[in-house]
Amino acid sequence: MSRFQVVSGKGGTGKTTVAAALALALATEGRRTLLVEVEGRQGIAQLFESEALPYEERRIAVAPGGGEVHALAIDAERALLDYLQMFYKLGSAGRALKKLGAIDFATTIAPGVRDVLLTGKACEAVRRKDKQGRFVYDYVIMDAPPTGRITRFLNVNDEVAGLARIGPIHNQAQAVMRVLKSAETAVHLVTLLEEMPVQETADGIADLRAAELPVGRVVVNMVRPHLLDEDALRTASGGRRKEIAKTLTRAGVTGSAGLVRPLVEQAAEHAQRVGLEREQRAALAGLGLPMAELPLLGEGVTLPALYELAEEFRKQGVGDESADATGEAPRDGKRRGSGRGVGS
Amino acid sequence: MTLGTDIATGLETDALLDDPEIRIVVCCGSGGVGKTTTAAALGVRAAERGRRVVVLTIDPARRLAQSMGIDRLDNIPRRVEGIDGEGELHAMMLDMKRTFDETVEAHTDAERARAILENPFYQSLSAGFAGTQEYMAMEKLGQLRSRDEWDLIVVDTPPSRSALDFLDAPKRLGSFLDGKFIRLLIAPAKIGGRAGMKFLNVGMSMMTGTLGKLLGGQFLRDVQTFVAAMDTMFGGFRTRADATYKLLQAPGTAFLVVATPERDALREAAYFVERLAAEEMPLAGLVLNRVHGSDASRLSAERALTAAENLEGLGIVDQTAGKAGLGDMDPVAAASPGAPESPLSPERSNEPSPHEPPQQELPQPDDRTSRTTKPHGRGRKSSDPSGPSVRSAADGHDAPAADAVSVEVSVEQLTAGLLRLHAERMQVVAREQHTRDRFTTLHPEVPVTEVAALPGDVHDLSGLRAIGELLATGSAPAPTGAE
Repeated sequence: MSRFQVVSGKGGTGKTTVAAALALALATEGRRTLLVEVEGRQGIAQLFESEALPYEERRIAVAPGGGEVHALAIDAERALLDYLQMFYKLGSAGRALKKLGAIDFATTIAPGVRDVLLTGKACEAVRRKDKQGRFVYDYVIMDAPPTGRITRFLNVNDEVAGLARIGPIHNQAQAVMRVLKSAETAVHLVTLLEEMPVQETADGIADLRAAELPVGRVVVNMVRPHLLDEDALRTASGGRRKEIAKTLTRAGVTGSAGLVRPLVEQAAEHAQRVGLEREQRAALAGLGLPMAELPLLGEGVTLPALYELAEEFRKQGVGDESADATGEAPRDGKRRGSGRGVGS
Repeated sequence: MTLGTDIATGLETDALLDDPEIRIVVCCGSGGVGKTTTAAALGVRAAERGRRVVVLTIDPARRLAQSMGIDRLDNIPRRVEGIDGEGELHAMMLDMKRTFDETVEAHTDAERARAILENPFYQSLSAGFAGTQEYMAMEKLGQLRSRDEWDLIVVDTPPSRSALDFLDAPKRLGSFLDGKFIRLLIAPAKIGGRAGMKFLNVGMSMMTGTLGKLLGGQFLRDVQTFVAAMDTMFGGFRTRADATYKLLQAPGTAFLVVATPERDALREAAYFVERLAAEEMPLAGLVLNRVHGSDASRLSAERALTAAENLEGLGIVDQTAGKAGLGDMDPVAAASPGAPESPLSPERSNEPSPHEPPQQELPQPDDRTSRTTKPHGRGRKSSDPSGPSVRSAADGHDAPAADAVSVEVSVEQLTAGLLRLHAERMQVVAREQHTRDRFTTLHPEVPVTEVAALPGDVHDLSGLRAIGELLATGSAPAPTGAE
């Protein structure tokens, strides 16, 4: 399993939640993961019910089996200042640059530079080793920008190479690209079983493949249970209302007569949705990628619910390949379903 | 109409759309909440109420363009066919690069424009900078408004990481293009070797030296060339950014914050409401999208589940001992006043609503009914569930369920399924209500309209029309109690 797990998805599909659950799932059995966010939203802190994350890696949760999830909110400006400090020993000159708006320019205006800094920091964490030469993090999981921007975000080489043709930013872009286009990286797309997110997922995968970025899984989020099969639903909208009313009464429901119509209506809506979901599921299956499904949480996303979702990931075999967790060689073909269908 | 009063009211969508003073409606909110669809639906409704409307969408799904009968939206407003009445609807999609190009072309001579358009830095900036889309949306809005061709401009905002980017980005780009840093960058080109400026040039070269090392010299040269070429336009950029900003504060503009009844979306909505207030921008209200309701809401999730469990137990017992074995399942049935015919009732006396006799066929007030039944009729050809059989089922129920033993097990399973489905729905309803309550507690002054969740996506004009109808009628006060 790739060590750099990038989670993207259309807005509103819950990609932050999915990224967090994935970080927990991958941290089980004593492993250590780093969950990073890059959009300054403090979504991770909210999910884990902690205070706002600083620009500093810190442990945010303990996974079943003694694993650890660490978290980091990457800030482009801080990353750039660190970077300048590291390479140029800028000191107060860094502050002067900031005052002049040069840092602002480099991190928000200069196209692509911001993305290089953000992905660069994440890639650094992916490759970081301790004194024994072992990876500090078994996995790095990124809560990435949404599907519509993910390819541009990750494809920093294209963005920056045309502008910064030499220099450290250029070199960093090259180094980042080597990680991002290798088997070390997998980009997952979160979707719902609805038309627009599925369409956007398909478009996003085409873009990622065109840019030769490694596509991982499609994660179908907020899957609602199918409580009635379709035959039953057809029956329900047919001529059995009288029987249903009687049965409701027998079950102890008062005033069942007034309830039959709305209950059957809700069932019909459910049936329609089941039908639409089947179409969308088929469309997703046609993408030829491994999938994972996470259920809709009745109570909303709470901390315990995150653990449930992580468990769900584990049940579906995500993060179950502990053998190669710290390996270094490319692991092509090891993933079930060979989701890495790049270059096609 | 009054905007931003302190009294919690429903959002009067039609009054807003009809108000001749209102020339711009901006739909904003976080990603995935249905902003674009809401903007399109508002456009359709306003046009059919007689206004001449243009909808500026930023990133519509293909289907949405098709739903307005347009294969492909582009940077030019296209008339939408099939609008009823005197009004007109035009729709367009922002092409940010083209809008930027046009802005450049409109404000400088041809030769200079070409130099800018061919500059690599410009090409990246116009296509890539995270704020360009927001800035260009505002630029386009300013253009549309100044042409004065439309009564009403409905704007959809870009799918930003956060709804607030939309307000910040134009300022950011404006201040960059007009800022100190740019002045420094172009200083050598502008002032050459003027003696008095030497000090500045020293600071400048130190800085460009560092940035040059970091980004590569070519990059900086591109920026400098770009900036030099753009120089004549800088004042213009600042002025235009300011003008657009003022336009958004003007009384002729109304902001609608769009959200779904989910925690994150409403949190963003709350931020946005506060931000608009801070910027003195006129908020018209909140569109709460994809709200779930139930016409059977007097049956709580708990009771539905208990009943489902009763039935599932019954299904098993039926095959052996029959109904008789169930008599002792519910010792408190007698406590349930509304259910004399129900020997198995698990209800407690505090549960049934005394206002709703059991046989009442439509237990909900009209607005609730319209909320949930109207979308059914729309775009769904098959299996209308509210057929005429409803009444007969209701009437037939008057007979006590004495022959229940003979009912097949599958009916029990079916009914149990209906009950579980209902329980799930009620849980969703309760969660949404809770989230919504949190918002209204924080911002009681914000008028709200609700749009019921539809089972499918919108595919045509009548779908947009139906949503427009929901937008106009969904402003009844929030239901309370079990809902």
